[in-house]
Amino acid sequence: MFVLIPLFPLLGAAVNGLIGIRGFSRRAVGATAVGAAGMSFAAAVAAFVGLLRSAEPAIVKTLFTWLPPSLVRTASGSLASLRVDLSFHYDSLAAVMTLVVTGVGLLIHIYSLGYMAHDKSYARYFSYLNLFTFAMLILVLGANLGVMFIGWEGVGLCSYLLIGFWFRKDSASNAGKKAFITNRVGDFGFLLGTGLLVYALGTIDIAGIAAAVEGGALAKGTATAAALLLFLGATGKSAQIPLYTWLPDAMEGPTPVSALIHAATMVTAGVYMVARLHVLFSFSGTALTVVALTGAITAVYAATMAFVQTDIKRVLAYSTISQIGFMFIGLGVGAYAAGIFHLMTHAFFKSLLFLAAGSVIHALSGEQDMRRMGGLRARIPRTYRVFLIGALAISGFPGLSGFFSKDEILASAFASGQYLVWALGLAGAAMTAFYMFRLIFMTFFGEERFTEKAGEPVHESPPVMLVPLQVLAVLAVIGGYIGLPRLLGGRAWFTRFLERTTGAHEAGLAPGTEALLMAASVAAALGAIYAAYVIYVKKRGEPARRFAERCRALYQTVLRKYYVDEFYGKVFVGGVFAAGRIADWIDRRVIDGLVDGTAGVARRVSRLAILFDERAVDGAVNGVGKAHLAASSVLRRLQTGHIYNYALAVMLGVALVITIAVAVF
Amino acid sequence: MNVFGIPILTFVTFFPVAGMLVVLALPTSSARAIKLAANIFTGLEFAVTLLILTRFDAGSGEMQLVERLPWIKSIGAQYLLGIDGISLLLVLLTSLLTFVATLSSWGAVTGRLKEYYAFMLLLETGMVGVFLALDLLLFYVFWEVVLVPMYFLIGIWGGERRLYAAIKFFLYTLFGSVAMLVGILVLRAGHHSFDWMAMVAAGSVIPAALQGWIFLAFFLGFAIKVPMVPFHTWLPDAHVEAPTAGSVILAGILLKMGSYGFLRFSLPLLPDAARRYAPAVAVLALVAIIYGALVSLMQKDMKKLIAYSSVSHMGFVMLGLAALTPMAAKGAVLQMINHGLSTGALFLVVGVLYERRHTRLISEFGGLSSRMPVFAAVFLIMTMSSIGLPGLNGFIGEFMILMGTFPVSWLWTAIAATGIVLGAGYMLWLYQRVMFGTIVHPANESLKDLTLREFATFMPLLVLVFWIGIFPKPFLDVIDKPVEKIIRIVNPAHFEAPR
Repeated sequence: MFVLIPLFPLLGAAVNGLIGIRGFSRRAVGATAVGAAGMSFAAAVAAFVGLLRSAEPAIVKTLFTWLPPSLVRTASGSLASLRVDLSFHYDSLAAVMTLVVTGVGLLIHIYSLGYMAHDKSYARYFSYLNLFTFAMLILVLGANLGVMFIGWEGVGLCSYLLIGFWFRKDSASNAGKKAFITNRVGDFGFLLGTGLLVYALGTIDIAGIAAAVEGGALAKGTATAAALLLFLGATGKSAQIPLYTWLPDAMEGPTPVSALIHAATMVTAGVYMVARLHVLFSFSGTALTVVALTGAITAVYAATMAFVQTDIKRVLAYSTISQIGFMFIGLGVGAYAAGIFHLMTHAFFKSLLFLAAGSVIHALSGEQDMRRMGGLRARIPRTYRVFLIGALAISGFPGLSGFFSKDEILASAFASGQYLVWALGLAGAAMTAFYMFRLIFMTFFGEERFTEKAGEPVHESPPVMLVPLQVLAVLAVIGGYIGLPRLLGGRAWFTRFLERTTGAHEAGLAPGTEALLMAASVAAALGAIYAAYVIYVKKRGEPARRFAERCRALYQTVLRKYYVDEFYGKVFVGGVFAAGRIADWIDRRVIDGLVDGTAGVARRVSRLAILFDERAVDGAVNGVGKAHLAASSVLRRLQTGHIYNYALAVMLGVALVITIAVAVF
Repeated sequence: MNVFGIPILTFVTFFPVAGMLVVLALPTSSARAIKLAANIFTGLEFAVTLLILTRFDAGSGEMQLVERLPWIKSIGAQYLLGIDGISLLLVLLTSLLTFVATLSSWGAVTGRLKEYYAFMLLLETGMVGVFLALDLLLFYVFWEVVLVPMYFLIGIWGGERRLYAAIKFFLYTLFGSVAMLVGILVLRAGHHSFDWMAMVAAGSVIPAALQGWIFLAFFLGFAIKVPMVPFHTWLPDAHVEAPTAGSVILAGILLKMGSYGFLRFSLPLLPDAARRYAPAVAVLALVAIIYGALVSLMQKDMKKLIAYSSVSHMGFVMLGLAALTPMAAKGAVLQMINHGLSTGALFLVVGVLYERRHTRLISEFGGLSSRMPVFAAVFLIMTMSSIGLPGLNGFIGEFMILMGTFPVSWLWTAIAATGIVLGAGYMLWLYQRVMFGTIVHPANESLKDLTLREFATFMPLLVLVFWIGIFPKPFLDVIDKPVEKIIRIVNPAHFEAPR
């Protein structure tokens, strides 16, 4: 039943990609794509209801054998038979993910009807978008690392195609390529991690891995190595240190793509993968600490860059990197459900923010620089309202979705005793509130700094774009209540539902401590919002400008993204190209030089031999000289057309060589 | 099983020669009839090779449909053909790609049609014979038969430096094959027979030291054909100068003769030497993977780029074979097929552009996606197949090679996986420079998308790329037993019960 969920978007992609592209009307293309997304969402809801009613914690459905069994000698010396089935599983974790992917996906499909209305490649766009949804669902539902990897790379391909959707722009195609190749570096880790598990356990089945780990079949060091290799894959897909640099560039894609792929779903695949393999990561312990630290450092680090960006989408991109860091904090302290909870609320408010940013860009006919915005509150009030809701939600404003999920992560981090991680998280939360309201104030408040183009007045978006925004705004507000903590009188339903899959995790905080922590994060958020208000509204950004001037070096460093792109470009890209030039030189000069040199020497020797023959043996031509004559006559005859003679001669020659050689034995 | 009273393996081996004779008998002036005849014969040949499936026992690891006749009695050479799953896949690949290559020549080749198609058909006989011959001397004869028509295909219908490339190709491979011949003769001295099946049955009768020498002689022949670094420099020249169909067959099939020979002869006939030298072969394979990818990155000519990518991909195949584990070896055999399909298709892709613009320089293109959307899609799929996107064929082979190699050496696996990252680099960069951006060269403004005939040539390759990617079981099932049989001979320790 649940395997129908990915089937619809696949069909949609095929119909639009094969037929729609050659002559469907826009309406038909849109209906096909949105219809497919809608059916998929309906199937996801149906499967979810089914799971709630079922007593089974997980359903597994195997379609057919993908890789038939092969014998593998494992580390313990025993022979395992490695078989990989095209099989899918559905449990509470998969249920949450499929609902988020198909639900948010559906809204973004609808929004795209309006946003892409004037694009020439309408069918291509929707075909890719459906294909992405399909690949993401395969990633989520895959029951083994092999099937998961199909989705993993599939979403990477769609991301590549959609970032570079406007392929005439070099910046777009460069960004697509960068995303793909950076992710390939992560895949290197994914593949090696998978290989290590094959070697250690003889299986890549996720349930099988969990069972083997729980059965004590894995040494701690091996578990850590495998988990860290897989986590390298996660840092690629989920844009964490050190593989995050592709995500800001990915904003070259159409804005709905940024919302769906580069905010709500694909970039959280790494988070999902770690949660999916929680048994392995928890067993290692060390790997879990690395996850938590990577998340915490990325959360703060990316937030600093969001402070100085002026491109509205890039602020949101760095914000995404930072927020995924929060999710990894949750996973890293063992609070898997909290991490996934934040994944879900983030999907709501971040796709809301991106789509609302798209609405702003749409209103200003393509303007993305916040320095040329301002005062839009009055011009596009509906967009402003939903944008504000999104900003409040991500900032952790009490009562909104982000507040609950972020608070659960921070509380769990504190309870785990990793106070550094908690402190970084708290700092990151405050910074989030600050840069988000910097964005709000620069965009919607103050004087209007844009010039309206003639014939293109600033305009509010059409309903087809606004309605999805409003739905997402509602979700961003209420989405947290399904996980309302016990402290606030809730029953933490979401956590309990997920813990059917990830296992129970008790923060074990005294109610007093928990309340205190909550108060701290609320204070941090509100304080940061107030600071942003003072700096960007009351003092019109003057303190920020002064700071930038006074600490010029620091400001420039952050603005230039700590020169990491330049560093990677010089060291890795430059290094590979330098190696390429050396290899190319060796190839032409050394290896081929040797070959041509040998041939030249042989030619000269044979010429000498001819000379010798002619003079000394009086015209008798033999040995090497004959070979030379034969070779030159080949050339002549090739040009005159007597090729059969030569073909015959070669055949005879071969026969002769064989006969002689055989006679010798 | 007989076809028109002729045993089927003999039939599929020599049917193309019959076609060659028909083509030669046709009047030179009737170009259409010549083309038609050649296409019909290669098409029928493909159909007949498919017919083998009806009598083939996929669950067996043994040689099937064996045909045995005395040949040169005095030295014990026999006319001995047989087929197992490994040969089956390669024969099917051969007949398919020859058909595709012939079809692709329809508009591309205009001069000396008769000779062109005659050589093409003769080439097919040689290649099929190589994959079916079980008598080593017979194998050697077919091996050399392949050399001649390919020499002329490059030398006559090639590009500007065709003579240089053709002679280089000829001398290089002849050099290797003479070494191989010596190896075959020494092997015969030990076994008093050229019969592969008898040699396998006899087991290790040749002293290990002598095995080492024979192994090296064989390896020279096979390594040049694969080609492995540093014996590879004939390949880029041959590819650049060869006509499109020549490149398709060269990369698609001829290179596999090397890896096939290694698997069929070096491993089971010289098991002690193979075990001893396998790590060295693996290291050379790793060098090829990285080196081929790096040089590929620097190329300005599309054909050269793909030629060097072949060096890298064939490195994967050789690594899979040298790992001496069943999984890696099966992956390697499948990767031979995959590389034949995807690289064959990529040479066709270049051919499509060359026919339209008469240049293969990457810098001459750019922005073609907007003019040639169908072509863009085909090119993209083949690019993804080449870089091993899961769900397409290339991934299955690479994945099995990597997973099968890991238990032998994690370091080898890690180095090979680096090649996958580089592979994405040079292929996506190629795709970007050719297809993305805006059209800057005015000649590209009027480029036509794929014609129906061109699309038809790609179609079987596209189908197989998806088929093998999604449901590789039928392909892996037929090679499972034969590959395991060979690996059991060369690396029995892998199968021993746990200590």
